[in-house]
Amino acid sequence: MSRPLATSFFDRMHAHPFFRKHGRKAVIVVPYLWLLIFFALPFFIILKISVQDMEGVVFQPVAKLQDGVASLVINFNHYLFLLQDRLYVQTYWSSLKFAAVTTFWCLFIGYPFAYFMARAKASVQPALMMMVMLPFWTSFLLRVYAWKGLLMDGGWVANLLVALHVDDLLLAFDLIPAAGKFMNSPFSLTVGMVYTYLPFMILPLYATLSKMDLRLLEAAADLGATPWVGFWKITVPLSKAGIIAGSMLVFIPCIGEYVIPELLGGPRTLMIGRVLWDEFFSNNDWPMASSVAVVVILLIIVPLALFNKYQAEATEVRA
Amino acid sequence: MSPAVAGQAYLQIRDVVKDFGNGSVAVNHVSLGIQQGEIFALLGSSGCGKTTLLRMLAGFETPTSGQILLDGLDLAGLPPYLRPINMMFQSYALFPHLTVWDNVAFGLRREGMAKDATAQRVEAMLKLVQLQKYAKRKPHQLSGGQQQRVALARSLAKRPQLMLLDEPLGALDKKLREETQVELVNIIHEVGVTCVMVTHDQEEAMTMATRIAVMSEGEILQVGPPADIYETPATRFVADFIGNVNLMDGTVVVDEPDLVEIDCGYCRHRVGHGITGNVGMAVSVAVRPEKIRLSREKPEGEVNQVKATVRDRSYFGSFTVYNLELEGGRRLKVSESNVERHRADAPEEGEVAWATWPDTAQVVLTQ
Repeated sequence: MSRPLATSFFDRMHAHPFFRKHGRKAVIVVPYLWLLIFFALPFFIILKISVQDMEGVVFQPVAKLQDGVASLVINFNHYLFLLQDRLYVQTYWSSLKFAAVTTFWCLFIGYPFAYFMARAKASVQPALMMMVMLPFWTSFLLRVYAWKGLLMDGGWVANLLVALHVDDLLLAFDLIPAAGKFMNSPFSLTVGMVYTYLPFMILPLYATLSKMDLRLLEAAADLGATPWVGFWKITVPLSKAGIIAGSMLVFIPCIGEYVIPELLGGPRTLMIGRVLWDEFFSNNDWPMASSVAVVVILLIIVPLALFNKYQAEATEVRA
Repeated sequence: MSPAVAGQAYLQIRDVVKDFGNGSVAVNHVSLGIQQGEIFALLGSSGCGKTTLLRMLAGFETPTSGQILLDGLDLAGLPPYLRPINMMFQSYALFPHLTVWDNVAFGLRREGMAKDATAQRVEAMLKLVQLQKYAKRKPHQLSGGQQQRVALARSLAKRPQLMLLDEPLGALDKKLREETQVELVNIIHEVGVTCVMVTHDQEEAMTMATRIAVMSEGEILQVGPPADIYETPATRFVADFIGNVNLMDGTVVVDEPDLVEIDCGYCRHRVGHGITGNVGMAVSVAVRPEKIRLSREKPEGEVNQVKATVRDRSYFGSFTVYNLELEGGRRLKVSESNVERHRADAPEEGEVAWATWPDTAQVVLTQ
């Protein structure tokens, strides 16, 4: 029996010469347009503001034609200031540091979690998955705010940490201001960020670990590898793509994080998102704020490019 | 060379049972003795327990009861990574993130072998399987046949006392499989390792193995060299499972020295080779299709003959299979070797022909 030709609207649309020739491009254009309008365009506006001169509260044009003289004025002062000022450099450095520490702890906690989730009985895996996703059902702001209550004086997590003498250890590492005081410290900030970003680490790790061929571990054992050696020589290298994906998903948004440092951070947890906010809305210094933003984007785009490169390589290996 | 007691097998499987506790017993009281240097095949359809038995040898499964001894050493309690046994996995299980060289070296490194000794051994193994040129490649850059050879090199690298092969050629296409069978056997003989292989492919078992154990539902039905399994099957199941066969049920009607006659209703068998039975005993007679001759005229002197109509004819090149219909609607398969080109007197479809076979062709089965 032959199929009736081009009956539905979509059948006819696909058969149309325009779609036959340009259909693929038409599909790609939509996301590219989106990126152009909502990413590239704002970025260039910010870039322009960051090199613009200001007279009082009036922006001076970058290029102008006056009396037959075309002039191009690009003001790099803000960038130079950024690089020379200790505060900015320290803030960038501190943002990178907190993002790295958060990524490390997410990986440290998330890997075993994802591992046992992937190796759990198939019947309980959806339930475990649900438990990872469940926090997303409550407002992110609310959940971060809740940590305030848990960690402040008299909060039960704080009480527990004191009872277990964890505060002495944290104090020894200079992560809290005083024994028994956990809030507004590097510790409270890290707890909040690790808590918030943990699912973003677990999900890609789980995806790669659950796809792994367990016969490879049998083959390793057969060739004399103990389970521990098999884990490090086979499981970890084969989950590299998941480790990279998870780390990027945690690291990149952590650099620009504003809300968590605002709620849980303190005087010693300077983060670049906070500085941006202050420059824009407290100091009203838009060119300075824009320069800070451009540098943040560069800090994020470089890791993203690396990530894409690894992702492409990982796909190539699997093909 | 071997400290095992003389007369005892190198690998002894003693009354091994594996019960997964889901109602059916995967391996049911299996006992086998395998000699050093043998290539031993466990043959059966999927789910017959052959793979479970192999996995118990490798150490991935623990027997519910029974013992496995290799060269006198009880393997119970030894985890896979401590057993002097290596396995070639079904579809190879090569490590995708390691090069061919590193795959082969993996086991040697786990032994803590010195670097130059490892390199020497890996080179020797790659030479054995003719893959020196591919040492730097990753498994996904190799063809199926090359991957199979890497898997072989990897499992032989540690000089195992016993090598296990799980459907060793199952992932290759037919032509390559036939070539590889011979090559694989040559390499195994060159190395001199004792092998236990699992396969559902009887041709593979026949060409490669020195002895075959036919398994069904967790039990071993018959053990013997390929020719014995084929020519003198012990049960109806084995006769039917290995190759093609015509099975006819009947009763013994004459029992004399050197002659037994079996009446199957539509045909009467004279069996001339040394069997005895009691008159009235119910038996099955098995005749392989290639042992039956077909002619248009009623042959003189042949003791076993039956008149039949050719229902269909399938030409396979080197032989032709005839599907005959006997009186009463019974079917008989005959396979004629195409010695002549376009044989003129070959019976056509719908024609009546006479099928004959010598009195040595049948196997009489009681179970």
